[in-house]
Amino acid sequence: MNSERIVGKSVPRKEGRDKVTGRSQYVDDMVLPNMLFGATVRSRIPRGRIKKITFGGGIAWDEFVIVSAKDIPGKNCIALIGEDQPCLADGVVNHPEEPVLLLAHPDRHVLPKAVEAVSIEYDALPAIFTIEESESRSEIVWGEDNVFKTYLIEKGDVDSVWDEADYIVEGEYATGAQEQLYIENNGMIAAFDAAEGITVWGSLQCPYYIHKALMALCSLPAEKVRVVQMETGGAFGGKEEYPSMIAGHAALLAMKCGKPVKIIYDRMEDMAATTKRHPSRTRLRTAVDKDGKILGGEIEFTIDGGAYLTLSPVVLSRGAIHAGGAYYWPSVRIRAKAVATNAPPHGAFRGFGAPQSLFAMERHMDRMAQAVGISPVEIRRRNFLQPGQATTTEQVVREPIDLGKLLDRALGASDYYGKRERFAKENQLGDFRKGMGIAAFLHGAGFTGSGERYLSSVVGVEGCADGSVLVLVSSTEFGQGTKTVLSQIAAEALGLPYENVSMAQPDTSDVPNSGPTVASRTVMVVGKLVLSAALGIRQTLMSSGLLREGYSTDEFRAACRSYVAAHGQFRSWSRYEAPSDIFWDDQKYRGEAYAAFAWAVYIAEITVDLTTYSVSVDDFVALQEVGKVLHPLLARGQVIGGVAQGIGFSLYEKVVWENGRMQNGQMTNYIMPTSSDLPAIRVLFEELGNVYGAYGAKGIGELPMDGPAPAILNAVVDALGVAFDSVPLLPEDIMDGLAGGVR
Amino acid sequence: MTGSRESHGVVEISFSVNGEAKTVRAHPMERLLDVLRQQLNLTGAKEGCGEGECGSCSVLMDGVLVNSCLVPVLQAAGSSVVTIEGLAAGETLHVLQEAFLECGGAQCGICTPGMILAACHLLEGNPEPTTEEIREGLSGNLCRCTGYSQIVEAVAEAARRRMAA
Repeated sequence: MNSERIVGKSVPRKEGRDKVTGRSQYVDDMVLPNMLFGATVRSRIPRGRIKKITFGGGIAWDEFVIVSAKDIPGKNCIALIGEDQPCLADGVVNHPEEPVLLLAHPDRHVLPKAVEAVSIEYDALPAIFTIEESESRSEIVWGEDNVFKTYLIEKGDVDSVWDEADYIVEGEYATGAQEQLYIENNGMIAAFDAAEGITVWGSLQCPYYIHKALMALCSLPAEKVRVVQMETGGAFGGKEEYPSMIAGHAALLAMKCGKPVKIIYDRMEDMAATTKRHPSRTRLRTAVDKDGKILGGEIEFTIDGGAYLTLSPVVLSRGAIHAGGAYYWPSVRIRAKAVATNAPPHGAFRGFGAPQSLFAMERHMDRMAQAVGISPVEIRRRNFLQPGQATTTEQVVREPIDLGKLLDRALGASDYYGKRERFAKENQLGDFRKGMGIAAFLHGAGFTGSGERYLSSVVGVEGCADGSVLVLVSSTEFGQGTKTVLSQIAAEALGLPYENVSMAQPDTSDVPNSGPTVASRTVMVVGKLVLSAALGIRQTLMSSGLLREGYSTDEFRAACRSYVAAHGQFRSWSRYEAPSDIFWDDQKYRGEAYAAFAWAVYIAEITVDLTTYSVSVDDFVALQEVGKVLHPLLARGQVIGGVAQGIGFSLYEKVVWENGRMQNGQMTNYIMPTSSDLPAIRVLFEELGNVYGAYGAKGIGELPMDGPAPAILNAVVDALGVAFDSVPLLPEDIMDGLAGGVR
Repeated sequence: MTGSRESHGVVEISFSVNGEAKTVRAHPMERLLDVLRQQLNLTGAKEGCGEGECGSCSVLMDGVLVNSCLVPVLQAAGSSVVTIEGLAAGETLHVLQEAFLECGGAQCGICTPGMILAACHLLEGNPEPTTEEIREGLSGNLCRCTGYSQIVEAVAEAARRRMAA
């Protein structure tokens, strides 16, 4: 056996060579014979009844394939949690980007004009666009009360704490929508064949979500729906659910015309019509004693889900469970609510509700520190969760995490005290104000609560005829390193060189359902299954007498070849089983919310320019405990990338809305950070390990999105002495704030 | 721009791509990006925004970094175009490609071809750039995955190797 460790080493990215040479095939690089191009005619009003559709002059309509709701063979919905979202509007529209008709043509250049030539007459209905409008119920736009979902988390007796409190601190915090802004726009190709059924190739995160949606939409059995992931140019949650819609559209066109159809969104359509991060509002009211210890409190967490249910209940759940942060609450009441508006549905984006509620919690920590008259460092230190204590959902912390130690290390790395002392002097003069801000937080890895039990993921590992090893998962690569890390795990388990393991292309006709590629679950949950499936291969070869302990790579390959020659295809499967010590109560919303939490302390150093009111991030220290780091280079890349998106969320990225439509759906007016906007982000790890993850790993992908916004806002407040409680924080907001517009 | 898709608007345009002489038949206003991708099957250049903001369609035209989504193909007539496909010498990677691989400069890979060509252009004009010069030099190419640090490190590493070679 290969004694050299593979896990923990920065081996070359599996698909790296293809990426740096431009050979990787993304969906728009793929061409099928006789392929048509598809486009979507969308509603242009936020809410109403469709009266009439007219196909205008100047267009050779007979050359076009046209699909409406009437052409749908199965159920007109994008099946996910609920079935409320139609694939194509049938008489009613509920947001201004709702798909109404589909067009296809051999020449992609004629499509924009044709889309514009379709005019739709409506009976407009009143529409609502904000959380407050939705709550007022002046107009009911979804269900009976505009409420998609509520959760109540209760611990201890909150009502008794107000009398004992030395301070009662209240705050209201808000976060805006954020566009994922993967550089590859969404795209799909569909082909239909009466015998084979429907096949789609696309840019996507979750092959089996699309598989499920297409079965219902096209009324086809499982074996007649095939979903293949192409190389995917970034996703960040933005390709979790909406690809099911686009796949549905391409499939309907392909079924109607019998030819392959490609739909590629341009940037503006992608930004306007597909999902974004849920806007949120969080109200905190906390009882604190004279030393700054939290006695208890109430948290009200509300998100705007847009026009349809989609994933909002799950986003809400994660946001609610993270709302209490990395702190010990003797008592707490968390009321969470997702409401409907007439905006396109909001959806998954890295962090999935946690960045919203943790922003509020971490801004509120600084507000409590100020009220009590202690430092932001002390307030956190005195309230950190300790091993043995229980979270807001009564999950007892069983690992030896020492958040105080993490905090000290981050403070040291950032020279926090030295810099604050220096800034206190320097801020007296000149046109610049500098500040330091802290965020301490946690992020649960894997699906929330019973989620992993329901998913019941399956993973396969194959010993191939040539003696190599193939990993079969529906977990997708979109930059995070899925292919690389899962290969490392299989190689390590089998004692083989990394090069001996390869990954099957995620193709539902070939790979089992290892669940969606979301929720920081790939390395921890799927990785653990890969490990056990790989061990199954070894065990089979050993027990069949083909392999002995201490085998060499060549001996393994020979054994594998012999096994396949004798028995045919050689695959080992592993299915998720919930650990016996993990239990979650869906009714009471109580218990082990996650098999593991990653922990972090981030510190931002910023400068506010008092002439332009712009904020620059000068230094950023990101320290986290993510279990064992399986691939240091990729892990560091995940953290830096997440922090960069977090800096965008904090200071740059504002979705401008008008009547439910995004007005700035271009890269020229929706601004993400460039290389010259960002500092060198400093990444530090603590490694405690994790018994539930492969080789001690926890999830890492989403965690870095949670910390930057509160750390940066806390730093701006430190620099200016004026409270800012919402992101994005743009120069004009700072100007207004300094003029006294902010309380 | 006539917007006409009639064949009488189509002209023959010759230019060199990755050292090979090419002649294409295209409308003069057709985007160089589309000609490269659809006619010449060079799909390494990607469309990210279609308006010259993201840089993922970057190619070198007579040594100048251009957004091929903003270049009418007529403008490329007689020029020498280099795309990502022209960078490696057979199976031997260009020093920037190697450095991107080793330093984690490519994650999802969609910005990578443009980013590497932008870096190539930067190093041609400034073989020993400082970190700030690299950050400034690549600021026309957007990357959503990496937060840029590992790209900047890759370019600095490539510069070191070039100077040492």
